[in-house]
Amino acid sequence: MELLEKLTILSDAAKYDAACTSSGVRRGYREGYIGNTSSSLAGCCHTFSADGRCVTLLKVLLTNRCVYDCKYCVNRRSNDTRRAAFTPEELAELTIGFYRRNYIEGLFLSSGVFRSPDYTTELMIQALRILRETYRFNGYIHAKAIPGTSPELVEQLGFLADRLSVNIELPSESGLKSLAPDKTKGAILAPMKQIQTRTAQGKEELVKYRHAPKFAPAGQSTQMIVGATQDSDLHILRLTQGLYDRYRLKRVFYSAYVPVIENTLLPSLDTKPPLLREHRLYQADWLLRFYGFRAEELLDEQTPDFNPLVDPKCSWALAHLDFFPVEVNTADYETLLRVPGIGVVSAKRILVSRRAGRLQVEDLRKLGVVMKRAQYFLTCRGRMAEGLRFTPDSLLLNLVAAERPALPSSGMEQLSLFGA
Amino acid sequence: MEIIYLYDGSFEGFLCCIFDSYANREVPSDIVPEESASPSLFETRFIVTDKSRADRVFRKVTALSGEAALLLSRGFLTCMEHREMHLYRLVAKLLREGPGFLRNLADETLLPVLKAVRHLEGEAHLLRGFVRFSDYSGILGGEIEPKNHVLPLLRSHFCSRFPNEQFFIYDRTHREALLYAGAKAIIAPLDRFEMAPPDETETSYRRLWKRFYDTIAIKERENPRCRQTHMPKRYWNTMTEFQSEEYFISGKSSEISNRTDTLPTVSITAD
Repeated sequence: MELLEKLTILSDAAKYDAACTSSGVRRGYREGYIGNTSSSLAGCCHTFSADGRCVTLLKVLLTNRCVYDCKYCVNRRSNDTRRAAFTPEELAELTIGFYRRNYIEGLFLSSGVFRSPDYTTELMIQALRILRETYRFNGYIHAKAIPGTSPELVEQLGFLADRLSVNIELPSESGLKSLAPDKTKGAILAPMKQIQTRTAQGKEELVKYRHAPKFAPAGQSTQMIVGATQDSDLHILRLTQGLYDRYRLKRVFYSAYVPVIENTLLPSLDTKPPLLREHRLYQADWLLRFYGFRAEELLDEQTPDFNPLVDPKCSWALAHLDFFPVEVNTADYETLLRVPGIGVVSAKRILVSRRAGRLQVEDLRKLGVVMKRAQYFLTCRGRMAEGLRFTPDSLLLNLVAAERPALPSSGMEQLSLFGA
Repeated sequence: MEIIYLYDGSFEGFLCCIFDSYANREVPSDIVPEESASPSLFETRFIVTDKSRADRVFRKVTALSGEAALLLSRGFLTCMEHREMHLYRLVAKLLREGPGFLRNLADETLLPVLKAVRHLEGEAHLLRGFVRFSDYSGILGGEIEPKNHVLPLLRSHFCSRFPNEQFFIYDRTHREALLYAGAKAIIAPLDRFEMAPPDETETSYRRLWKRFYDTIAIKERENPRCRQTHMPKRYWNTMTEFQSEEYFISGKSSEISNRTDTLPTVSITAD
């Protein structure tokens, strides 16, 4: 089979994986090697595909042959689709060819389970070895650890890759049982635990020996499908929180379920992917990672799902009006971050600027504060913005109006579901 | 009396304008590169570039605030309108008041410079990803059309990425090129330039990339507005995945360039 055809089949099969980041590790010039990793904290996007997602890595499967039969997956055994496989040499050469032309930041290698998890992982290791050792590639590599792989192989994989990920796939064990009968919660969590322990251990060794080899220096991430099962946002967010707390994950990705097959256990084929819901989960995920929120603060048993009309931070603010208004000239960083319309960047700018003198309302916009949201929740020198009138009821309407134009387009269709 | 300073367009030349303004105890109403000066009713004076004077100005600014020195040199690379006067006012305020005001990020003298430098750095960040190289018998070459002078900001990134390669990036907007070979990099003006036609290997990689790009998008999630927010259309011109069909055929001269002037490819020498 021609390379172009293989690439088509194997990137098409990999496209549902959400993670495509090159962040988490900074590695400069290395004598005799090709490549570095981005010096920017946010990684480096090389292009954006027609769906608006960042493309930073060559995201492919080593093969889409698979012995598993997960019902939601295009690569399941029972699906009648064309199958292909890269040889390890072929894939390494393609990666370097793309990298030299600055098409990509590195490789994201995943795979269907060919023969067995161990056999597949061995092939992946081979490809990465050629890339790292023969081509002396110093750029970014993200590799998938396949549940059920023996720990020795995961260990080898971790020394070749910058980031490892094990996909949770579905937010609940019951979902796994019915839709992915070949996978178990235990088999998914085992490599996750191993990666976490090994990374921590690697950091200790690094203190003792400066040149100790690094195990997955960019940490690990995971992904789960949203909307294929009945799990609530609360359930998903709690799970996310647990993963960050217990497994020290760098990122949790959510992937709105795109129907690929007709099955009584799954949403019907004409279901639109729940993009707005995915968007809200990412917003909440940011609140957990950068804003000091906990899952329990954002949702509870009475409101187990996010409000489609306003973002999670606004929702929280509306439910905690007694917390506001916040005085920007005296509030601490954590408190500033709770104000809708103030983000990490603008909060830091406020901290710097107010040392030079007391801030006025007009200054805030210049510092990057989104005033159409923030104005209801803050005071400057004890005063709110000039001419601002609102009641708790009109506040909600104003915030909804402020956000509506920025929502994903399919969001509007979904709104009707909630009787808005 | 109103006076306009003209200078040679170099950073040193601009610093000399600041020097002369203090030496002559006058505030120019504008500072413009000689070549872009338009006839004016105001008196003009050409300020001669003197390296030692420029150094004195820059040393003074650095001594007062390292951060201001960085803003000054970066600010000079931006496409901000009247950038010289904005930077002049920044330096003047620094000399008058000391570096305290630099903390107030909403300061009216500082803010325009901050914004322009953020724009420059943002553009350089995007271009680290959006630059596309073609392989011309072992030499990598690419073109960009930035608004700001980003080449100085791209230099260290690409030099550490491809230490053992030879490469060049041509900036069409400002007609200058970053050339790297044998562990040495220079940025030099280059008036006319056109890419050589690609060979078979090169076009096959272009086709592979284009196919990958088209395949990786999920149809059900198509979102052109989101894509354009992250990747404004003005960058598309020089990106492989948005070129017309001829670009993917070997032997054809590169359609990425729509200018008519022709010149053989640059030869790269390390000096």
